[in-house]
Amino acid sequence: MEQKRNEMKMEFLASSANEGFARVTVGAFVAELNPTVDELADIKTAVSEAVTNCIIHGYEQKEGSIWIQCTTKGQQVEISVVDTGKGIRDIEQAREPLFTTKPELERSGMGFAFMEAFMDEVEVISEPGKGTCITMRKMIGEG
Amino acid sequence: MEHRFEKEYGCLIVRMPEELDHHQAEILKEEADGLILKYPVRSLVFDFADTRFMDSSGIGVVIGRCKNVRFSGGYVKAVNLNGQIRRIFKLSGLQKIIEVEQEETEGKGMGDWNGTEKE
Repeated sequence: MEQKRNEMKMEFLASSANEGFARVTVGAFVAELNPTVDELADIKTAVSEAVTNCIIHGYEQKEGSIWIQCTTKGQQVEISVVDTGKGIRDIEQAREPLFTTKPELERSGMGFAFMEAFMDEVEVISEPGKGTCITMRKMIGEG
Repeated sequence: MEHRFEKEYGCLIVRMPEELDHHQAEILKEEADGLILKYPVRSLVFDFADTRFMDSSGIGVVIGRCKNVRFSGGYVKAVNLNGQIRRIFKLSGLQKIIEVEQEETEGKGMGDWNGTEKE
């Protein structure tokens, strides 16, 4: 059976006011796959974590752009969140639960842990000085 | 302003915003800390009745305010958590740090949420 494919791309300013916009937009795009309330909440939380990371860490709350690409293939959702900020020096350490480089901002260090908990797969590609690309995948309706 | 504060006999009730993300967390932190500094807060209650969304930024807000209030011997609890917020509390271990109390949900259209995982 041919799998239905759909795709969208968006670009927006790395401002905390856009965090809600980003997760709601991705949520609306994914709605076509009929996710449960829980699945939708999972995706929105994961997107919110990734976008917040771009703003706080990637651009350190300075100006920049964030790109999101979202593809659906059958019941699989793939979301990439990209910034051209400062990048991550040690990806493994960054992914550790409770690890944060910004305790003074009361960051809990749970961002990556949440993305991993709420999505099936999380891939991180990053280069210091160049930026970061997070790709997350999730099957919808698997129960 | 989405969130409000109620003060009564040393008890500060913080009505959490609808969407508790990094953006709202920053606003809330500043306002709550101003009040905690100004008034002697003996108990602090985070009321999540209006909150439909929370990410890891919310954890920082709650833990940070807990520290500030407990430093002066205060007591902290969280009330009216929906299913999604409960999962965040569980996953982050926040529920081991502060008391969570479920009050009756007053017809918030959250009938789907019963705090349990769906099969």
